Amino acid sequence: MSRILALLVVGVALLCIPLLGSRYLVDLTTEIIIYALFALSLNVLIGYAGNVSFGHAAYFAIGGYSCAILLTTYQWPLWLSLPAAVGLSAGAALIIGYFCVRLTDIYFAMLTLAFSMLVWSAAFKWYQVTGGDDGFIGVRVPTLLEDRMAFYYFALGVVGLSVAALWRICHSAFGRTLVAVRENPLRTGFVGIDVRKMRLAAFVVAGTFAGIAGALFAMYNRGMYTESAFWTESAQVLIMTLLGGMYSFFGPALGAAVLYLLEVSINQYTEYWPAILGTLLILIVLFLPDGLAGLAQKMRRSRKA
Amino acid sequence: MLQISRLCKSFDGFAATRDVSLVLEQGERHAIIGPNGAGKTTFFNLITGHLRPDSGTVEFKEQSVAGRPPHEIVKRGIARSFQHSNVYPRMSVAQNVQVGLIARQGQAFNMFIAAAELHRQETGELLELVGLIDAEHTAAGDLAYGKQKQLELAIALAAAPQLLLLDEPTAGMAPAETVKMMQLIGEIVAARGLTLLFTEHDMDVVFSLAQRISVLHHGEIIASGQPQEIRQNKEVQLVYLGKAADAKA
Amino acid sequence: MLSNPTFLFLQTFNAIALGMNLFIIAAGLTLIFGVLRVINFAHGAFFMLGAYVCYSIVEQAGNFWLGVLGAGLALALLAWIIERGLLRRLYARDPLAQLLFTFGLVLVLGDAVKFIWGTEQYSVAYPAGLSRAVDLGIAHYPAYLLFLCGLGPVVALVLWLGLERTRWGRIMRAARQNREMLALLGVNVPLVYSGVFVVGAALAGIGGALAAPRLALTPGMDANIVIECFIVVIIGGLGSLWGSFLGALILGLVTVFGAVLVPEWEMVLTYALMLAVLLWRPWGFFGREQG
Repeated sequence: MSRILALLVVGVALLCIPLLGSRYLVDLTTEIIIYALFALSLNVLIGYAGNVSFGHAAYFAIGGYSCAILLTTYQWPLWLSLPAAVGLSAGAALIIGYFCVRLTDIYFAMLTLAFSMLVWSAAFKWYQVTGGDDGFIGVRVPTLLEDRMAFYYFALGVVGLSVAALWRICHSAFGRTLVAVRENPLRTGFVGIDVRKMRLAAFVVAGTFAGIAGALFAMYNRGMYTESAFWTESAQVLIMTLLGGMYSFFGPALGAAVLYLLEVSINQYTEYWPAILGTLLILIVLFLPDGLAGLAQKMRRSRKA
Repeated sequence: MLQISRLCKSFDGFAATRDVSLVLEQGERHAIIGPNGAGKTTFFNLITGHLRPDSGTVEFKEQSVAGRPPHEIVKRGIARSFQHSNVYPRMSVAQNVQVGLIARQGQAFNMFIAAAELHRQETGELLELVGLIDAEHTAAGDLAYGKQKQLELAIALAAAPQLLLLDEPTAGMAPAETVKMMQLIGEIVAARGLTLLFTEHDMDVVFSLAQRISVLHHGEIIASGQPQEIRQNKEVQLVYLGKAADAKA
Repeated sequence: MLSNPTFLFLQTFNAIALGMNLFIIAAGLTLIFGVLRVINFAHGAFFMLGAYVCYSIVEQAGNFWLGVLGAGLALALLAWIIERGLLRRLYARDPLAQLLFTFGLVLVLGDAVKFIWGTEQYSVAYPAGLSRAVDLGIAHYPAYLLFLCGLGPVVALVLWLGLERTRWGRIMRAARQNREMLALLGVNVPLVYSGVFVVGAALAGIGGALAAPRLALTPGMDANIVIECFIVVIIGGLGSLWGSFLGALILGLVTVFGAVLVPEWEMVLTYALMLAVLLWRPWGFFGREQG
């Protein structure tokens, strides 16, 4: 009950943000909800399937670059570009995932990293198409969405639908089985489930929604840069997911918001944000393994007791 | 139903399974016994796809299953329980069984159907059957060891198998629990027309449940037949010298 | 180009020098993983710190070898503090927790370097005595790099003898297999763990100091080296000393000849190599297959 209330409050708040009249706030919130979706998509892999990926930025980048290129270079309309970009991310996740799920644990993680750095290399080197190190700038956003407020509502709509879809997926029979795969992969095989295929499906779902986030980002940012495919981007979304709490559905979204706001605030005072992030990370690992969501749960339970 | 022919498996030169052949008729209740280290679990692992045999064949309902992955073998109709309880410790008892049912219905990839109430009724029925209905919301890891074995049974049954492989189903149970479990297995197998292959150390369980017994020693089957024959078999007695007394404890 | 024997000769030595330097660093990583089962992302940061410490010591004291020693000691001390204070709380936790911890270290140490030394580029000169080029018949070659070529196998041998022949080495190898048993046998396992982390970090620091004359010291230098170390360790097999030796040589060759044959694509080449190894034989040459 309290969770539905919280969601309603957040939902209403999000809807009202543009009405506060601050362009800065609208931009900030747009970026936060995009990253929230990105983090939620990663959690399908980490929290539900139990596979830690170090290369999730690849699908964010592929989604973003594809959308940017299709919209701008090929002048495709949005209703074609966006699905196509998402389709490309999904396709990439399928191909890369096929190889990655043959491994587990650290080897899986390293392979996802290697693939994502290969994607980064492609973005970096393929100057003609992606703009290379200079970035792909001047993304042609449809006239209707040129207004920041209009784009915000569009992004909110897309993110809202995506989150609803992810919720459905994570709480479906598929989601339940994924958790089983995470908890005891051996047993799950002996229950009649093709564990490798399950992990691949999770990989593709995660990559697909990361692609959506990336496409939105490209339009919001009016450009895509190679940093979006670099391992630091993967690390950042990983930290967001863990900060928020990987065992809760909405945790990663919370983590994304908190991390983003923290970064923006702290960057105003010091240039040593990485050190603070690092310290935060160490503190989370040592004292808050279930993330903020886990902390909230514990607090709720101790209040009931 | 199950035909095993000349099954062999070695690990780094150590022959865990040597030339094992076995035929199981439908509805048969067959026990595999043998001292520790005889290769009983390896044998189970070979049948259920956890290990690939070096040579030999395993045919289930006239189709070869040797070397197939476990999930495929389960889909064909063989389900197993584990000697050391291998449940989902952090999931509730009901959820443990639910996973099995989801798998059985081929819903593992269904991203639309909500999991919360799925198969609630059938889960309840299975838990009632094995006597765990009171614990349905308990985390499986919190269950007493004996109850975890009951859960193992429920999960195996959720797959709606035709052949049930139980690896020491009463291991670690108190005598009263053992008797109950034994009766339960017997009833279930009879009611559902299942074929049963099980291993056990407790000779009481073996002799009351099994219609036929095979004795495994150093990876080989040294005797196979009706319980009476096995009881009187000299070689078996030799192998079990002193073991029969321990097993009854 | 490749048909020129002098060129080939020089580049091969470059590859070996690079490889041996890399080996010294990667040996620390593989040791830490082998015994502690921790993937130390901060290994690159240790390397970087070693290089910077060496630089400072050289600036102050004028002696390169003092710098190398100082780097080793500084990292040993830092590692001791980190392990005793923080890392040891994570041994019982899942690998992800340990990974994230070391990643947090990377961020903190990276900024620490920026804070202490600033963001300008520094360089360290070849040590006196090894600053000239040696006549090897076919060509002249920097003495320092030759020294690195020779140092690698020496370090490998010392480490190997340490692991195989000494009591501590045996304990470390045993810790790889069975920690609980060791504790039951009365071995001070926490001390062993601390020791391993300290030695591993010291190796990274020393490797960094040794690399200082070869590289430009900048705050981003840890990123490249950590990836290279991982590739080395994966090729060789996580936890295998000789595996790292072989892996380092291979990576050295690939890097140097890659830069020659396909300039501008070396980075892609390194990731492609990592990909290839993980796809074909993830446990490397001397690692064990996943159960």
